[in-house]
Amino acid sequence: MAYLVLLASILLFIVVMSLIYRVLSLVKIANKTSNERVGFSNKVHAALFPLFFVVGFGLIIWYSGVAKQYFLPEAASEHGVRTDFLFWVTMAIICTAFLITHVLLFFFPYLYQYRENRKAYYYPHNDKLEVVWTTIPAVVMAILVFSGYVVWSDITAESPKDATVIEILGKQFNWHVRYPGLDGQLGAYNYKKIDATNSMGVDFKDPKSLDDFMPREIHLPKGKPVRLQIRARDVIHSVFMPHFRVKMDAVPGMQTTFWFIPTKTTEEMRKELNNPNFNYELACTEVCGGGHFAMRMLIIVEEPEKFETWVKEQEPWAKQNKEYLASLGINYDKLVASKK
Amino acid sequence: MSAVELHAHTDTHSHEHHEHRELNFIQKYIFSTDHKIIAKQFLITGLIWALIGGLLSLVFRLQLGFPGADLSFLKPFLGHWITESGKLHQEFYLAAVTMHGTIMVFFVLTAGLSGTFSNFLIPLQIGARDMASGFLNMLSYWFFFLSSVVMLISLFLETGPAAGGWVIYPPLSALPQAISGSGLGMTLWLVSMALFIVSSLLGGINYITTVINLRTEGMSFTKLPLTIWAFFITAIIGVLSFPVLLSAALLLIFDRSFGTSFYLSEIYIGGEALPNVGGSPILFQHLFWFLGHPEVYIVLLPALGITSEIIATNSRKPIFGYRAMIGSILGIAFLSFIVWAHHMFVTGMNPFLGSIFMFLTLIIAVPSAVKAFNYITTLWKGNIIFTPAMLFSIGLVSLFISGGLTGIILGNAALDIQLHDTYFVVAHFHLVMGAASFFGMIAGIYHWFPKMFGRMMNDKLGYLHFWLTFVGAYLVFFPMHYIGIAGFPRRYYSWTNFDAFNTFHDLNAFISVAAIITVAAQLIFAFNFFYSMFYGKLAPANPWRSNTLEWTTPRFPKHGNWEGPLPTVYRWPYDYSKPGAKEDFIPQNVPYSATPESNLPGEQDINLEEIDFEVVKDEQAH
Repeated sequence: MAYLVLLASILLFIVVMSLIYRVLSLVKIANKTSNERVGFSNKVHAALFPLFFVVGFGLIIWYSGVAKQYFLPEAASEHGVRTDFLFWVTMAIICTAFLITHVLLFFFPYLYQYRENRKAYYYPHNDKLEVVWTTIPAVVMAILVFSGYVVWSDITAESPKDATVIEILGKQFNWHVRYPGLDGQLGAYNYKKIDATNSMGVDFKDPKSLDDFMPREIHLPKGKPVRLQIRARDVIHSVFMPHFRVKMDAVPGMQTTFWFIPTKTTEEMRKELNNPNFNYELACTEVCGGGHFAMRMLIIVEEPEKFETWVKEQEPWAKQNKEYLASLGINYDKLVASKK
Repeated sequence: MSAVELHAHTDTHSHEHHEHRELNFIQKYIFSTDHKIIAKQFLITGLIWALIGGLLSLVFRLQLGFPGADLSFLKPFLGHWITESGKLHQEFYLAAVTMHGTIMVFFVLTAGLSGTFSNFLIPLQIGARDMASGFLNMLSYWFFFLSSVVMLISLFLETGPAAGGWVIYPPLSALPQAISGSGLGMTLWLVSMALFIVSSLLGGINYITTVINLRTEGMSFTKLPLTIWAFFITAIIGVLSFPVLLSAALLLIFDRSFGTSFYLSEIYIGGEALPNVGGSPILFQHLFWFLGHPEVYIVLLPALGITSEIIATNSRKPIFGYRAMIGSILGIAFLSFIVWAHHMFVTGMNPFLGSIFMFLTLIIAVPSAVKAFNYITTLWKGNIIFTPAMLFSIGLVSLFISGGLTGIILGNAALDIQLHDTYFVVAHFHLVMGAASFFGMIAGIYHWFPKMFGRMMNDKLGYLHFWLTFVGAYLVFFPMHYIGIAGFPRRYYSWTNFDAFNTFHDLNAFISVAAIITVAAQLIFAFNFFYSMFYGKLAPANPWRSNTLEWTTPRFPKHGNWEGPLPTVYRWPYDYSKPGAKEDFIPQNVPYSATPESNLPGEQDINLEEIDFEVVKDEQAH
């Protein structure tokens, strides 16, 4: 049935279009009174271009005002403020270029539309002009590259020694995080140790892993550097924290890293945005399969003291899963005792 | 020497035609070695693919614009990909996105655009009887056809076509456990692309050889129309970069089927740890983008070449800065090979490498800007005639600028952190590469239709088609900037899971409606195209009063193009509105001796007798 309807509509379309086509051709023949090279439609198009520009630009300005509240969600990291500034500076530059070129591009057709008694100006080249408009973009680009380079180098520089380390692992289709626990060091891992229980493949023979804990949401201390150690266990994922301007791929077989300093607690952000339900989120931005759009994890930024308390309250994963460790031949209590 | 031999060969070939040796239907229209027929084959196949690719985009736009809607009415077409509850299957959503990208980039804008116009225009505009090798040229089309068939079959597989994005990053594309499209669908994708690359290389080598060797008497490189320069450089880029994609695909085939670990390492999936260690998914990305970025220019340069020709012709003015235009094509082509890693700033690549690629990427803005300025200056003080082709060319320049400018933001590694893989990127490349190249292709069709089919397309329908498409393209792609700046990631089936992306519902619905209208408007074009082919008004010899050589051929040029001897070229192709000239155009084959009233100082015919030029002698002997 659906196919019949489709076929019938295609046939109808062809019939209607053929009629229109013939009428248009006849009208054209009937209107052919003089030897003019262009008809009235040339004037119409000449006028439509500036009209398109005015209406289009008006719409852009109007909608930019409407959408402004969603633009670059409020930055909540130190480097985010810098990249946002650079973004808006660059945006101002390209908008200027956009405006100038489009005014010319859309008004020239109106100004220089075909007129029977006029001849176009034979103007094949002007080397001076070429040099000017090669140099200006080159200089602007050089400035942008340099400022971009400075910011990029700072962002990608080595993280401070005292950074809180958090391991993030992407898998189809959620995230796992691991904190180093009280010893401040993450235990080793090996992908061959992954199974239904030990989803991050932590090697519990490594004593450092005994106090590691794996919460269901990410907690971050405000104003302290945080280093993400990112990996994936099946396909490529990408860690995206929109409010912190953080994005880094999670690649199987390769550890990647990104460090930043959160500057606003969740509470502060809720007040600032006047939205009591606001939450920081972690999303995936590298297509990873059917559930790609659902890899959400909650992020909570708190004052450092509160964060420290939270860390202390967390129970190590190994302690929660003593039986699992026992099945691997590891006695949790004994190991902890010997470590002390 | 080989050039001479080839030349002699094509000459004899055309003599056969003069003796009216009739070819049967299959020789003439199916397995043809005539570049004009092959061009039309590429064109029509490309247009069919464009329709499929466009319809696929509507499928996922429906999902994005109306996430709650009941899509049961698509069940007759999509079968089990529409779930019981009338929802689009999540993996088919990704498959549609993937196939839309693959189809548009490779089959429409590479084969359909470059394949069509390089084939059609190179011999006609340089004054050659045919391509250097008509047979390889025929093979080029038939490899493309085979590749198309394989890709088309993959759309109907039960496990679905490839679904890991058109960039097919492993491990997603390597592991059928990860997504069902990575099963047989991905295998067919790879087979199809391998055939496509063969086709592209056969075509490219032919284009390069033809431009270098078969230019007619007097057609020096500095007298080539910019179209030919663009096709020539495009072919060189393709020949240098497509083999790298082939090697990337080959290694992926090995990883998928023969247990190697080029791209796979330390993977646990489907409840088991795979044995592969030591590979790197990043390696694939480097290889892929080494083609992938030049590919952007493979798609765009022919469109820019076509636009240069059309804007000059219809402004009745020489293209401004002919040499600067050539220079910028060369500059863009060179730079296109050393910017690929700007697609990979946040993949974990060494950040210092990121800085280098940021620097190189932003340089490419300079030649691009030069091109835009030159187009605008060509319009200045012109005498502009708005043919449908001209409208689309002006549209192209606008889209090229709008989309190109946001590249300055994305090329900046520090800013790319936030915007990478968001809708900002989608907006950027759809404007600068998708819509702009598509506009170039459509402009080319309107402009050269009279030469292709000897008939005119209906201009009123063309005008309607332009304004609907131009307004539509902006309404679809411009709002995506807003969505992108707000951080919406691309390739998302739905955004409602996230507080941060749970806005812009209206805008997404708006984009979808605009997309439906814009795609529907293309049906006007499709009708105009096929109807005019048979019932259009017969075309005059030179409908646009253009200077290039193709308009000196008969209305229905036979295989061999010119009835008599090949035309001789005396001047550059842009002598429009030359002061003193009677008409506002002087074709390339008019000698300076015939136009004393308009010659500039120093312009005089070169005495051919004094040139010891083998090809010339050969022709005279002939």
